Amino acid sequence: MSQEFNIEIISPDKSIYSAQVEEAVLPCFEGQITILKDHIPLITFLRPGLIELENKKKFYVEDGTVEFSNNNLLILSASAQSLKDIKNQNIESMIKDTEEKILKNKISDKQKYILNYKIETLRQLN
Amino acid sequence: MPSLDDLKKRIKSVKSTQKITKAMKMVAAAKLKKAQENAEKGRPYSQKLHNIILNLTKSISDVTNAPKLLVGNGKDQVYLCVVITADRGLCGGFNANICKLAKKHFKKILKEGKDLKIITVGSKGHDQIKTEFGKYIIDKKSFKEKKQISFKEANEVGNKIIELYEVEQFDKCFIFFNNFKNVITQIPQAQQIIPALINNGEKVKNETSFYEFEPDEDEILEDLLPKNVSTQIFKAFLENAASEQGSRMTAMDNATRNAGDLVDKLTINYNRSRQASITKELIEIISGAESL
Repeated sequence: MSQEFNIEIISPDKSIYSAQVEEAVLPCFEGQITILKDHIPLITFLRPGLIELENKKKFYVEDGTVEFSNNNLLILSASAQSLKDIKNQNIESMIKDTEEKILKNKISDKQKYILNYKIETLRQLN
Repeated sequence: MPSLDDLKKRIKSVKSTQKITKAMKMVAAAKLKKAQENAEKGRPYSQKLHNIILNLTKSISDVTNAPKLLVGNGKDQVYLCVVITADRGLCGGFNANICKLAKKHFKKILKEGKDLKIITVGSKGHDQIKTEFGKYIIDKKSFKEKKQISFKEANEVGNKIIELYEVEQFDKCFIFFNNFKNVITQIPQAQQIIPALINNGEKVKNETSFYEFEPDEDEILEDLLPKNVSTQIFKAFLENAASEQGSRMTAMDNATRNAGDLVDKLTINYNRSRQASITKELIEIISGAESL
């Protein structure tokens, strides 16, 4: 029996990716989650990081919502981009912007946590 | 009776107007195709987000402690209305229809003795509303320089609304936009986005599945609901963009046809008066020859 399930990544503008995969690794808010077939129904949301699929496809996300049910994995994210696209952009300036944001005093711990992950992910890419 | 020269000039000017309206129609048709595609591409996101929220709300046990964006803050006094129109004119009744609907709502709200606050998006709507309801407008936004409206702009408007909600500047929020049905029909609509009206008998698709939530439901909802506001606004933007082009296309098609009719009529007039002047000249020559 095949061990594949549907994955769909959708942004407000368009459907970014849709395929059958065996495994997906998601950067969820409380840690990385790997999803395999017949995972129990799950709703959670993402922190900045990389979505990794088994066929070496990677997507960068900053936020998003994940729903898994009946072997359909649905990722809704306004900021999802495939890794190829993001490499063409100026990652360094993105890191700088984020670092500046972190230094402002007003932000909450939760935001700080998210921004820290963003910097870390971007550094990794660079 | 205008002179022959006048008629000639008139025909020429109508013809060049016709050329312009025809060109505008073509441009609108090309843009419409793109806008329609975008609107269709945007639908799954808002639909699925809506579904997730439905699933979430089902599992909330304690309604009184649910996030305010979902169930409201219990008051019903201050209304915020976001009127979304185009930045450009010459698109038939597009802008006027939204404003008409919005004004009707405004009057109703004021009649009930409630407070009104207005945010306009798009310069045309602002112009039409400010004469009558200018003192209620608290903010105006315009994305005239932007070639294509993206989620970023919708997010900007959405965040602004949520900021206002958090400091309790209003209790309920409506958006006004044109829903794109097809090229000739666009329906102006009012939609309530805060509190998110969800429990109106809609059925949840995955009745059987019980979800695991990580972190818990409340936190997910808190993350999700602001996004839902932006998504609804983005959806309204997309629908509006498609409607605007559709409406402009129809309007320009009508204008082109009218101009064609007018040219035909003027040409007949022109030919008649030319014929009349020729006949007159002939009669003059003949009667001159006869008198010799």
